[in-house]
Amino acid sequence: MPPQGRIEVRDNYCKGCEICVDACPQGVLELAPERLNIKGYHPVELIEQGCTGCGICAIVCPEAALIVYREVKSRSQ
Amino acid sequence: MENVTMEEQLVYDRPESMASVQTHYCPGCTHGVAHRLVAEVIDEMGIKDNMIGVASVGCSVFAYNYFDFDFVQAPHGRAPAMATGVKRVLPHRFVMTYQGDGDLASIGMGEIVAAAARGENITVIFLNNANYGMTGGQMAPTTLPGQKTSSSPGGRDVEVAGFPIRTAEMLATLDGAGYVVRRSLHDPKNIRMAKKSIRLAFETQKHGLGFSLVELLSTCPTNWGLTPVQALKWVEDAMIPYYPIGDYKVNPALKELKI
Ligand SMILES: Cc1ncc(C[n+]2csc(CCOP(=O)(O)OP(=O)(O)O)c2C)c(N)n1
Ligand code: SF4
Ligand code: SF4
Ligand code: SF4
Ligand SMILES: [Mg+2]
Repeated sequence: MPPQGRIEVRDNYCKGCEICVDACPQGVLELAPERLNIKGYHPVELIEQGCTGCGICAIVCPEAALIVYREVKSRSQ
Repeated sequence: MENVTMEEQLVYDRPESMASVQTHYCPGCTHGVAHRLVAEVIDEMGIKDNMIGVASVGCSVFAYNYFDFDFVQAPHGRAPAMATGVKRVLPHRFVMTYQGDGDLASIGMGEIVAAAARGENITVIFLNNANYGMTGGQMAPTTLPGQKTSSSPGGRDVEVAGFPIRTAEMLATLDGAGYVVRRSLHDPKNIRMAKKSIRLAFETQKHGLGFSLVELLSTCPTNWGLTPVQALKWVEDAMIPYYPIGDYKVNPALKELKI
């Protein structure tokens, strides 16, 4: 199974530039069609399952608008 | 018995050295990527409280609002001179200028050459977006042959306007330069390489190895008349062939560093 992840978007920093949408290897990002942020941009959002938490969207984002999480195995006795 | 459970790990969040404000940059402008990388490196080195930035004139004139550390603002092209003064008075602070190509390679060309020749122990982040972004996309010394801008509507004619200047290569010839490289901000691999170089530039300063400069190929989607994604492609297809990614001067001591 590929690693599981998710992102959170700091909506008010996003400018809807779509660079992350284009760069996401899983194609799970889109601009929210019916939501606007405080500056009048459509912020990006996860549209379906399949985010791996690879972090590529955060690496290309000019606004540092994205928070990325990934699930990892933790072992305990 | 060993239990394996899944637990969520933070992969990325906004660096602390970035102020909690929205920037005025156009959507998709990679000035923002450069800001982010600088802030990440400063966080990782733990030098935020020891930093002094010098903002220049151009779209990045408000850089002092976007980083959460001390900043001053220099007249057009004069950031290396101001940084020289700051660094000589406060040699234990990390001093960085952040300059565009119009600022650094046009009106400020004399300042940057002299600072590099003197081997000033400062770090220069040099954003090359092949035009004067702030004032409406006029031709800069870095504008490519044939490139259309608001002041070269027929494309840059090298017979009249001369040839674009490869700043990194030129400054690397000066003995005072410790670290001079060119990187690009157009894709994840190149952005990672750019971050590593920004780190090495600050390490150059930390170890007193002289002048350091990272030239970053950057987009100006607004004045280029392209979408942000098309602009990234234009960096790759048009800019990199003229401005190759490369290490033009690396002080041998940097190769020994373990980071
Ligand atoms: C002494 C002086 N001359 C001219 C200007 C007008 N001016 C403002 S920004 C700029 C060019 C900035 O271009 P660049 O450094 O490439 O920055 P960019 O906006 O492209 O990031 C010019 C010529 C000025 N502010 N001061
Ligand atoms: S972390 Fe990777 S898979 Fe998930 S949204 Fe970002 S780019 Fe796509
Ligand atoms: S790259 Fe950043 S600013 Fe651009 S759409 Fe994605 S989250 Fe928004
Ligand atoms: S004018 Fe160009 S360089 Fe300036 S913020 Fe807009 S896209 Fe960036
Ligand atoms: Mg410029």
